[in-house]
This record gives sequence, structure tokens and C-alpha cells, in this order.
Amino acid sequence: MVATSFDYQKATSVEQAISLLQSHDGDAKLLAGGHSLIPTMKLRLNSPALLIDVSKIEELRGIREEDGHIVIGAMTTHYEIASSDLLAKKAPMFVEAAKVIGDIQVRNKGTIGGSLAHADPAADWPAVVIASGAKIKIHGPDGARTVDADDFFTGFYTTAVGENDVLTSIHVPVPPKGSKSTYAKFPQPASRYALVGCAVQLTMDGNKVSDCSIGFTGVSDAAFRDSNAEAALKGKELSGESIQAAADACADGVDIMSDHFASEDYRKHLAGVFLKRALENLK
Amino acid sequence: MATTINVSVNGKKYQDEVEGRLLLVHYLRDKLRLTGTHVGCDTSSCGACTILVDGKAVKSCTMLAAQADGATIKTIEGMAEKGKLHPLQEGFKEKHGLQCGFCTPGMIMTAANLLEDNPHPSDEEIRHALEGNFCRCTGYHNIVEAIKYAADKSKGGDIEHADAKELEKPLFEVPS
Amino acid sequence: MTYIGKSVKRVEDQRFLTGKGNYTDDIVLPGMTYAYIVRSPYAHAKINGVDTSEAAALEGVVAIFTGEDVKEIGGVPCGWQVNFKNGDTMKEPPHPLMVRDKARHVGDAVAMIIAESKEIARDAADLVDVDYEELPAVVNAAEAVKDGAPLVHDDVPKNMCYDWELGNPKEEVDAAIESAHHVTTLEFVNQRVAPNPIEPRAAIGHFEAARDHYTLYTTSQNPHLTRLLLSAFTLGLPEHKVRVVAPDVGGGFGSKIFHYTEEALVIWASQQIERPVKWTSDRSEAFMTDAQGRDHVTKAEMGFDEEGNIVGLRINTFANLGAYLSTFSTCVPTWLHGTLLQGVYTTPKIHIDLTAVFTNTVAVDAYRGAGRPEATYLLERLIDTGALEMGMDPADLRFKNFIPPFDGVEQEGYMTQVALQYDSGNYEGVLKRALEMVGYENFRKEQEEGRKNGKLMGIGFSTYIEACGIAPSAVVGSLGARAGLYESAQVRVQPTGKVSVYTGSHSHGQGHETTFAQVVADKLGIPLEDVEIVHGDSEAVAFGMGTYGSRSLAVGGSAIVKSIDKVLEKGAKIAAHKLEAAVDDLEFAEGKWTVKGTDKSIGFADISLTAYVPHDYPENLEPGMDFSSFYDPANFTYPFGAHVAMVEVDKDTGKVTLKRFVAVDDVGNVINPMIVEGQIHGGLAQGIGQALFEETIYDENGQLINGSYMDYTMPRADDLPSFEVDRQVTPCPHNPLGVKGAGEAGTIGSTPAVVNAVMDALKPFGIKNLAMPLTPERVWRYMQE
Repeated sequence: MVATSFDYQKATSVEQAISLLQSHDGDAKLLAGGHSLIPTMKLRLNSPALLIDVSKIEELRGIREEDGHIVIGAMTTHYEIASSDLLAKKAPMFVEAAKVIGDIQVRNKGTIGGSLAHADPAADWPAVVIASGAKIKIHGPDGARTVDADDFFTGFYTTAVGENDVLTSIHVPVPPKGSKSTYAKFPQPASRYALVGCAVQLTMDGNKVSDCSIGFTGVSDAAFRDSNAEAALKGKELSGESIQAAADACADGVDIMSDHFASEDYRKHLAGVFLKRALENLK
Repeated sequence: MATTINVSVNGKKYQDEVEGRLLLVHYLRDKLRLTGTHVGCDTSSCGACTILVDGKAVKSCTMLAAQADGATIKTIEGMAEKGKLHPLQEGFKEKHGLQCGFCTPGMIMTAANLLEDNPHPSDEEIRHALEGNFCRCTGYHNIVEAIKYAADKSKGGDIEHADAKELEKPLFEVPS
Repeated sequence: MTYIGKSVKRVEDQRFLTGKGNYTDDIVLPGMTYAYIVRSPYAHAKINGVDTSEAAALEGVVAIFTGEDVKEIGGVPCGWQVNFKNGDTMKEPPHPLMVRDKARHVGDAVAMIIAESKEIARDAADLVDVDYEELPAVVNAAEAVKDGAPLVHDDVPKNMCYDWELGNPKEEVDAAIESAHHVTTLEFVNQRVAPNPIEPRAAIGHFEAARDHYTLYTTSQNPHLTRLLLSAFTLGLPEHKVRVVAPDVGGGFGSKIFHYTEEALVIWASQQIERPVKWTSDRSEAFMTDAQGRDHVTKAEMGFDEEGNIVGLRINTFANLGAYLSTFSTCVPTWLHGTLLQGVYTTPKIHIDLTAVFTNTVAVDAYRGAGRPEATYLLERLIDTGALEMGMDPADLRFKNFIPPFDGVEQEGYMTQVALQYDSGNYEGVLKRALEMVGYENFRKEQEEGRKNGKLMGIGFSTYIEACGIAPSAVVGSLGARAGLYESAQVRVQPTGKVSVYTGSHSHGQGHETTFAQVVADKLGIPLEDVEIVHGDSEAVAFGMGTYGSRSLAVGGSAIVKSIDKVLEKGAKIAAHKLEAAVDDLEFAEGKWTVKGTDKSIGFADISLTAYVPHDYPENLEPGMDFSSFYDPANFTYPFGAHVAMVEVDKDTGKVTLKRFVAVDDVGNVINPMIVEGQIHGGLAQGIGQALFEETIYDENGQLINGSYMDYTMPRADDLPSFEVDRQVTPCPHNPLGVKGAGEAGTIGSTPAVVNAVMDALKPFGIKNLAMPLTPERVWRYMQE
């Protein structure tokens, strides 16, 4: 497997990366961990003239707490997230999800920013960032902006990141006291991507669910937030009954994918099963 | 346009001009002639190409040589030291963790990363850690045993040898 | 014995563990060029033209060849002729090295680009313009014979390669089934799977004009056969000028037995350009070009009397051979499948009717087990289903029907209804042992408890038999084999007493360098380190039939023993001379000849030195100590065993988890238990893979929709439990080592055990039959219905 010929350049700053993107007019791509992009280039599904390696830009790396948010640099690897004490303490769903992405080798190299920008409909991170209520920071030629995770995934492999933009960080609000979160996944047996992945964050007020957010991946052509399922839980006790109601309500009104691993109705069924399992974990 | 890279591979330093599209695995195999690292697929799935880059297991078929600039790399050829096998290599031999040998280098490099992070893994943790490495010969049973052997050896524990148990079984009768 | 029967650690491991293995793609020759093959993206398409001009103009492209350039070459041959029921010869359309008229499967070769680097070759491929006219395709074997189905080869009516039958007269079997107390009927697909050795195929052709000599390095399980076919058939090369080397090979599982078109192409192209040419398959390419396995559509009926005795078996099968006949494709559904339908049971009447067809898919040929897994699957599914339907315990039903134990010496071999005579067997022994290991009664109790709590646990059995070491040559020749099935071995004792053994068997994971050395070292009473096993190079090894069908130790090992016997016979003559005694007064043990009843002795190394420095030497005896032998077995060998799978099914998702797997195999005598267990483990994983995960899925246009590791599921470490294996030893009565073969046992036995276990788990749902692989969705869907 040989990719088409391209130039490689290491960027030392976000600004430099943006100007390189601009100067190549759609014919350049950013390289993070490379675990989504390089395979597609080997298959010649992607043939950029220039690869801009942004993985070494220091400001894009690391996990820190800042103004009530946990800020995850876009070039932080899945492994770094899986072993972050800060996330384990404050947003354990990120650690849980990071541990089930790909395999050791993929986790060592793949980055959260790369995964989000690639927006594979079966990737794990999209469900998690949606359920966490994260904001995604994007730098472009006109400066920086943030996009709510809910609005970030715009369709099949498409996101709010523009042609000349760099996704720079993910800002996860520190969940209020009484919050719990988890990620439940049914892996596609060959690739181990999510056939269905369900991330849930709950805030409890006594024994009632005062707030909740649910993100699904693998189900539709883009990850989505499931407000129907959320509505079935809000204000309710977390019981067998409310959990079943949420499972029955989930993945409604979305176009559900179908392939040789899971047809539409089975996938929809799985969405309910894994929402249930996530909620049972949090009970 | 070629890029210049400086890498350290198995303790030796190299400086080379590489084409952007040259994969790290091909740099190692074709340029440095370190052919112990293998290519078994084209979708980053099989793990036969796994090496250690700055101490971490990486699929070298999914990394450009250019990305390795400045890195310290270890391949299977660098595991044995002064003619003495690494405990993992020894474990694979003692526990028959290999048959055709093609996936073996990748298995060992992944296992090295596992034992670095978790020196005393359970069977389940070992199996989970090998998620990114296919073996078509062994059914993984003896690979798990091999990694446990290496883990035990590193902690200086007792290693149970299969032979003692086997000798009690009927093994060979002279044909009549 | 010092080595035989011991788990000697493998001598080959050192190089593999240190990255010093030497696989075909590791080899670089001076001046080497790189080939990339342009392949048809359509399963069936007329080729109106191939324009290579733009590609040829790319800098670094050395040559481009198309089907037009190789049209005078006949193509790769098929190695086994099967006749139609009416006696007509099977249809054998040519398998060209590259096509020029039409493509018959996705991946059919259209053009070959040779360039200075693999990058350039790949870039040039994008510039080749092929004018295809897509035609309707046929992919399913049962559909292919229907009227109006597209014809894969225009001159093969109904796409039928042959029809074939075996067993008792059809009327007798019909009568037995019709008068049976109970008939169990199953219709199923034994799905097609991809062998997937982790090393992709590769080949390097090297023609040296100066000495008019051809060398082929190839990922082959049988280099000599490849040389013979290249010389006698494909390219008509002078065989004595052709060297074929199969160096370290990264797994085969059958898929590297065959003589592939690329092997001929690189040799032929090397002759054209007078430079070495290397081709290495990508994994995606492997899914399109490596021969695949299984692919039967079957209707099977088993009749029982009131007590549960099997009274008849009637089989009707369509076998898919793919677009072209691969080397041994034709014998797999016939002589390696129909002949195994007796299983381990006393079934008195058996008949199989089989139709083999061409389709627009890549060729199907032997894959680990080859025919025997298909036979075992249908028998073991039938007997479990029969037990379910008749309300009997599946283990009990088996005990009732087993052929009673026989050793092949005191008791004669067992004559089957389907042309074989089993060598020796104790079928109830292995099942008894397996049940002990399982704790059968406890499991049934747990299962019952579990069911009350909504837990779906199941247990499944499989008691299999297989035929290995396929032979003797005269018999297989009468059945259509176009090759002999013996093995050769040369034992060369060096003057200093070290021993080089040249075997025609080929090791690609089996550990011959260790096992064979154990045999030689023990027989000669010398240290293991003094023995070197050489294989895989036609220039070093006189001849060979290679490694497949679990034949290496039974056939290749026996050839080595024959040569050792000759060494010892000659050694005794020299020893008798030196010790001034009669040959009959000597005994050989622990590496020395001793005059019986005395302490006068002489060691092996002294004798070998004398043989090469024959100063004080018997008259009329040739110097030297170097013997070749060819061993042609008297019969097949028949390993057997009992496999038991225990599973749990997730009611919500349909996912099957294999909780335990118990295997008790009887492979005859065992030289190296560690290696035998390893072979069993690996076989189990592949058989379990077929039951739960693996299937090549072709759409109606003949596109393989899961041709990558992202889409084709193979078992990974966390899909499998640790296996519980044990063995029984019933020696083979007709070969000198008493061995039967262990390579395929695991694959053959395990598949039906797993499926039977899932069916048992799903018993409360009243499901009788499920299609493999038992993917979560399939299982879930059945539970809904």
C-alpha cells in the first residue's frame, strides 16, 4: 500500500499551520496521530499535496483545569487521557472511553482532536464530548471560536472545522457535585469501532435526575445528542421503569445506519440496550 | 520534497532523507534492512508492524518515517541484549508462544508496552492488551502464557514449567 | 528415549524471536524490480481494451505486460481430475496468468507493471486505462446451475465443473431414510472463509541469462510441487534449470499449497527484462486472490431407528469452486469430503450427491481441514439436532452409535461405506475423557439454574474423525490425483557424525526443525544439536510433496525413518568390521554399536568417520554415509477426537461468549507434546472463528464487501478462552512412528461443537438451525422470531 506522493511539513505553531492550509487552497491536510488519515491515504481515498504535522505543537497538548473547565489539548493522545488522574476524578467517562478506543498502539498515537475532526460516524469520542457538554475550540484565519459539541458534528465525516481551521482544544465543563458519567460500547467485532456507543452524564438531586445528557455514536451518520431519551429521565428517579422508558425513546427520528454487522432495526435495538447498560452502571 | 530525519534505532543513530509518503515500517525494512518488523495488513489492524517509539508501542505501518524525526525507536532486533534474550523473548520460547513467527515481533513489542504499564497483568488484561495484534497460528493460548512467564520472571517469581505435568501423561507408545 | 515424547523447545524460535527470520518479502536481490498487478474491479466484465501508454511513460517504469503478452502461455493447471457421474472428464477451463477477453472475478489480473520501486509501480497503476464492459455475475453455487444464470466460462454449460456421487447405491439409501423411525433434516450453508495467514503472499522471480537458470522465491507450502507445475505445465521451463525456494513462510493453512499465477508471472517477467522481479501482495489483494475455503450449500438427512441408531445418511451438496480451478480445488469437496461421511458412527447406508460449480468469485481450495470440516459439520450438526428432536442426550446418542474400539492390529481396520478403511480408533474413549473434564452433570445442573434466572448457557459436542497423510500414490492416482503423495528424505551423516536431514516437508509454523530432529537424534543416539533439518529449497532437497493435510510427520517423518534405517544398517556393517564381530552379534543403543554380552563397542561418530576415511573398511562396501528414501504410505491416517464447547448467549445483544472449550484429541503417538498442543490450539481458534466470526460476504455483483481486517472478523485474543486440552494415544498401525497428524484436528472438530453449544443455549426458543457465523445480530434475530 503506497499513498500518492505528498510533501510533509512540521508546523511549530497554530498560526503557521493555518497559513500553510490557506496557501494550499484545500490541497493540504493536518496530520495529528495519523491513525484515521494515513490508512485512507494508503488506500488512495485521500491524496493531499501537503501534510502539515501539528502533533508536535506544544500548546495543543496536555490536560489542565481552568475556569471550571477541563481543557484537553487537541493533540492529547487517547493514552494520555486514559491515564489522566484529573479526568479520572472529574470526568471519568473520558477515561473509560479512552481505554476502549482501538488498541494499545492506536491509543498511544491517536489523538482526541484528530478523531473529532475526522468525525468517523463510529468513533468513540463524539458521543463522549456530546454527553459531557463540551465546547470545541477552533482556530481559523479570523481567529478563535468555540462550538458546542452538539453542533460540532454536521454530517457524515463532516464537522464545524473549516478547510483552513485547526481544532485546538476541547473544553469540558467540570460536572457539578452529584454528577456521574459513563460510556457503554458494543464494538464492531472486526474493527472494534463502536457499532453502538452511548455516553451518559447524569446529575442527581437526591434520588431524582435533575439533569442528564446522552450522546450516541455508531448509530447514525454522525454522532448526536438524544434529547428524547434525556426527557424520559429528567425529573425522574433512576429506576427500572425510567431506564426502560429512556431506552424505548432513544434513537428516534434519526437515520439509522445499516451494514453487514447490524441492520437498522438491530442497531436501534442495540442503542436502547447500551443506553440501559450505561444507566444501570450509574444506578 | 524529501525531509531529513534523525532517529535512534536500537541504540544506533541515523540521519536520512525520506520521501513524505515513506512509512516508518518501510524505512526500517527497506532502508535500515531491519526486516524483523513485518507488514500483515493495510488497515492498521494486524499489529505485525508494532515497534516501540519513545517507549510506546506503535503500528509502524500507520506512521510516516518523517513523523519519527527525533524519536528513539526499538524494534525486535533490539530486544535481546548482549546475546541474552529479553524475558518476553524467553517466555515466547519457553511457552511455545509462536509458530510461524510472523506476528511474533509485533506481539512481543506490544507485550513490552503492556508490562511497562502493568507489570503483573491478569489473563484478561493480557488478552485485552493484545486486541491490536492478530495471530493466526497459536489461538493466543500460549501467547498469554508467554507474557505471564515474562511477567513472573521480571518479578523473580516461580515459573511453572509445563514439562513436569506432561511427563505423567501417556506420550508415546511403541507401535505394535 | 531422550527426546521423543518430550516438549523440547523449538530450535527455530531463536531466529524468529530476534527478528532474523527470512521471509520472502525480506529478500532483496541486486537490481531487483517491483511488480504491481492491475486487477479487475468487476466480478464479471468484458475487456474491450487496455491502454498502458500513459503508465509506460512514467519515469521509473521498466515494463508493462498485459493478458495479450501472455496469451501463448496456457495458464496454471489443476492437480486433480474428477469425472462426471457419466464418466466424462470434468470441465477444466484455462486459468490464464492474466486475462485479455474477460475478467471472471474481482481481482482477476489484467496488467502487470514493473518498476524501479514499489511506489512507482503503484503510481503507474493509476494511469492504466482498462475499458471494461460489466456483465451480470453469479456468486452462489446453487444459483449458478440454474437456467439463465450468467456463464463464468462461455463453454461450460450450467457453470458445472462436474457432478459426483459416492457411497451405497442411492436406492438403498433412499429406502433406509424412508423407512427410518425418525429423520433429521437440515439445510445449511457452510460459509466461505478466508484463510488469512498473517504473512501475505509474495514471490520473486530471478532469471539469470548467463547460466540459463531460473530461481523463484515464494511463500509456498510445497516448493517442489510448484517447480514441477511451473516446469511441466505453466511455463514449460527445463526443470533442472529451475530452483524454487520457500524460505520462512508466515503461515499457510492451505492457502499457500497452490501454484498461483503470480509465481509464473514474476519468473516469466524476469526472463523478459533480465532482472529480478518481486511481487508482494497487499492484504486487500489477498482477499481478492488467495484461494478461499469451504462454501458448500447442503441438504442433509439422517435417519434413526426407534432406539436412536443411525440407519442412513443422505447428502446433497453444491460446492462453489470460484471462477477458476485452483490446484487441488476439485478433490476437496469430493475425496476429502464425501469419504468422511461415515464419521465415527456405524451408519450402514450413506450416499452423497455433489455438484461442483464455477462462480464469479475467487477460487476455493483447501483451507485447514479441507473437506473434512464440511463433512464433520454436517454429521455433528445432524446428530445433535437428532438428539434434540428425539429428546435424547447428545452424548448418549453418540455413545450408542460409535464404531467400537479397534487397534488395527489385533482387530482389523474399519471399512466404511464411503471408500476408506480406518486405521485404528477408540472414539468412545475420547468422549468419555472429555465429559470428565467438562464435569457434564454439573454443567447440566448449572444450565438449568441459569435458565431459571434468564441466563442462556449451552453445551455442544463434536466427535470427529479426519483422514490425513493422504496416500498411497497408486490409490490417489486412480481417484484422479495428478501427483504422487509420498515424501522424500535424505539423511546425510557428515564425517564427524553430525547429521544433515533434507526433507520434502515444509515447515511454516509446524516446528519440523525441532520435531524431526527429535526423531533423528533419538534413533541415532546423538545430541539434538548434532542434527540439522533442511527444507524448502529445491536445490538442497531432492524432491518433496510439501506440507498440508497434516501429513508431515506421518509421511515425511516416515521417510526420514526409512533413511535412518539405511544409515544404521550400513553403520552396523562398518561396526562389525571394526569390532571383528558378525552384524547379527551387534546391538545399537545410545549412539553406539556393542557386541552383545561384551563391553566392546564403537560410537556413531567413529563409524561415520570410518565411512568417509575408509582405510580399515569392509570389502565391497561403498564409502560414505548418505541415504535417500521415498516413503509412500500404505493408507491414510485417521486422527479423531471429542470437542466440547460451553457458551453463554447475551439475550439482549445476541452476542455469544465462549466460556470454556475442552478438546481431547487422539493423533496417535506424539513426538513433541508442546508442539502438538500448539497445533490443536491454533486449529481450535480457526474452527471457532468459522462458527462465530468469519465469512466472506459477496454482494450480488460479486463484490466482496468485507475484504479487509476492518470488516472481516477474525478471532482476537479477547474473543477466546484459554483452552483445556488433553489427549488419548491410539497409535497408527501402519507407519513406523505410529503417528497420525495434528495440524487440522482443532479446526475440524471445533466448529460444530460451538454451533451445537449455541443451539443448546437457545433450546428454550425452539430454534433448530442457525446459519454460521453466529453473529450477534443473527442470534438476536432468531430469538425474536
